[in-house]
Amino acid sequence: MAVMTIRDAINATLHQEMERDDSIIVLGEDVVGGMGTAGGPEAIGGIWGATGGLYAKFGADRVIDTPISESAIVGAAAGAALAGKRPVAELMFADFVGVSLDQLWNQMAKFRYMFGGKTRCPAVIRLIYGAGMNTAAQHSQSVYAMMTSIPGLKIALPATPADAKGLLTEALRGDDPVLFFEHKALFGAKGEVPDGEYRVPFGHARMVREGGDVTIVACGRMVNFAQKAADKLAEDGIGCDLIDLRSTSPMDEEAILDSVEETGRLVVVDESPPRCSLAADIAALASLKAFTALKAPPQMVTGLHTPIPFARELERAWLPSPAKIEEAVRTTLAFRS
Amino acid sequence: MSQLGREALLDAYEKMATIRAFEERLHEEIKTGEIPGFTHLYCGQEAAAVGVCAHLDDDDYIVSTHRGHGHCIAKGCDVVGMMKEIYGRADGLCKGKGGSMHIADVSVGMLGANGIVGAGAPLAVGAAISAKIDGRGKVSVAFSGDGACNQGTTFEAMNMAVVTRAPAIFVFENNHYSEHTGVDYAVGTAGDIASRAEAFGMKVWRADGCDFFATYDAMRDLLDHVRGGGGPAAIELDTERFYGHFEGDPQRYRGKGELDRIREQRDCLKAFRKTAGERGLLDAADLDAIDAKVAALIDRAVTEARAAPPPNPDDVHADVYVSY
Ligand SMILES: Cc1ncc(C[n+]2csc(CCOP(=O)(O)OP(=O)(O)O)c2C)c(N)n1
Repeated sequence: MAVMTIRDAINATLHQEMERDDSIIVLGEDVVGGMGTAGGPEAIGGIWGATGGLYAKFGADRVIDTPISESAIVGAAAGAALAGKRPVAELMFADFVGVSLDQLWNQMAKFRYMFGGKTRCPAVIRLIYGAGMNTAAQHSQSVYAMMTSIPGLKIALPATPADAKGLLTEALRGDDPVLFFEHKALFGAKGEVPDGEYRVPFGHARMVREGGDVTIVACGRMVNFAQKAADKLAEDGIGCDLIDLRSTSPMDEEAILDSVEETGRLVVVDESPPRCSLAADIAALASLKAFTALKAPPQMVTGLHTPIPFARELERAWLPSPAKIEEAVRTTLAFRS
Repeated sequence: MSQLGREALLDAYEKMATIRAFEERLHEEIKTGEIPGFTHLYCGQEAAAVGVCAHLDDDDYIVSTHRGHGHCIAKGCDVVGMMKEIYGRADGLCKGKGGSMHIADVSVGMLGANGIVGAGAPLAVGAAISAKIDGRGKVSVAFSGDGACNQGTTFEAMNMAVVTRAPAIFVFENNHYSEHTGVDYAVGTAGDIASRAEAFGMKVWRADGCDFFATYDAMRDLLDHVRGGGGPAAIELDTERFYGHFEGDPQRYRGKGELDRIREQRDCLKAFRKTAGERGLLDAADLDAIDAKVAALIDRAVTEARAAPPPNPDDVHADVYVSY
């Protein structure tokens, strides 16, 4: 096993899969970088560095630098997928799904169903998301919850380099459209990545730790925050089950419910505003399907019902944090009915 | 030839010099790590913003881009308030909520910088429709880059402006790059933006955006057309950006010596000094005095921004709605 960052795991996976399957193509703004300049192609190799080296290896037919045209990028990915390719499109910031929403929501997500199961649309859209870098209201959003509400799209959110490889491989081998969310603050996160072919099936959560007193459910960067909170709580003898969802559609309901059945207490951590969020969804799941097991109301640790502010002090107030998660765990443990 | 009076000329130079000093200073201050988030510098494009905005009043509108500092200053936003905003302070122009990419000041007709490339043109058309209804001769300007001209939003906005005959003006600042991609690659009409606008049925102009006088003159003609009821119009300005796409961009896509060359040959402030001197419009001493005044203003802006209090975390909930 090699130790690498999430950025490198994604890059290596794209190289490996593109070599294996020549129907895979990559497209997006500056995914090559430097097209039409004196510096030449690959002067940059992707704003996030995740697509570096692909152009040199696979050429202009398969690695396509696009104009700034999200609607056309996502739509072209959908169309190419209908026509037999496996496109991987990059949305430089997840916030830009807004520009491409029709192609994503009314087209890509619905083809198979509307066409009576007679089509496949194996497109992967990589979306770079998340707050914490003061990139303000239009460059910080976690739109995975909103996208999870769209039937027909699969939603993956790796929190580790190994899962980045495993989930991306799974996305590229499957025949459905997948939105693959990469947190901008996690690109440099390091970890061991299995060599060779490695797949992580969707809908199978990762049990990060077992503690038995409280169930914490998180995804993406929030897994790291929850891990920190759980470490702190362990010092006081409080044991947390921590579940990393890895994919929110499909979602591993069983893992959540099994753990809640045992602990009777649930804290959901979700980096998006609270209304109609993933946190609300999972809290509802527990209330509906594990009602008698619950010893306390489910707690939600989320962003706020506001756009994401710019200033450091305000963004900190907006974001979930290990301290807020710890507090939520203590609140649920203190509950007496 | 421009018929700018002495006061107007001095004002134009002051605005350009303020943008330059503001940006050069930001370039330095960003290295201290005190400024959060992304910053995109406008330095090099000053003549474009000022050549356009010199014709506009507070009740004309502009809609800006992610590279908005120059447009803000040219339209009359408070410079100290802008600096405080970029530092994320409570009394910044947007109370620290927006930052560099989202500065707005509706009181001077500045309807906002924008983090979404291509979002500005439709907004500008809406403001233009409003101006048309008001019937007071106001216009609305959308600033867009060569990259933004590829968004569907921009195409749709141009067509809607033509159809509604709204007094909308599309200013395309062609600085030859969208992030790290060259304009000839990304704009399918061999990099020619104005011809696209023309194809939508608009009258178009082209000018050297590094030459204040050329930009100013072309805009005067364009505005005569629009204010005279001739319908929307577009102008493509050939310009340069002196820094990277964002602060921190290593600019490996640039040619060897390119930055030195454009600073040497395409600096709009140097060109202004030269033309103003050659035509006997202003003395070097007049301009030196402005440089000194501007330097003092920027010093004050940075000092005040540094010292200004941060926002109160409780205010994170304020201003989501007017009432809820
Ligand atoms: C909808 C959208 N897509 C992509 C981006 C990322 N982005 C920010 S600026 C930029 C390039 C813009 O180029 P151009 O319009 O030429 O303006 P310039 O940066 O040259 O001033 C890109 C791709 C964005 N902010 N919004």
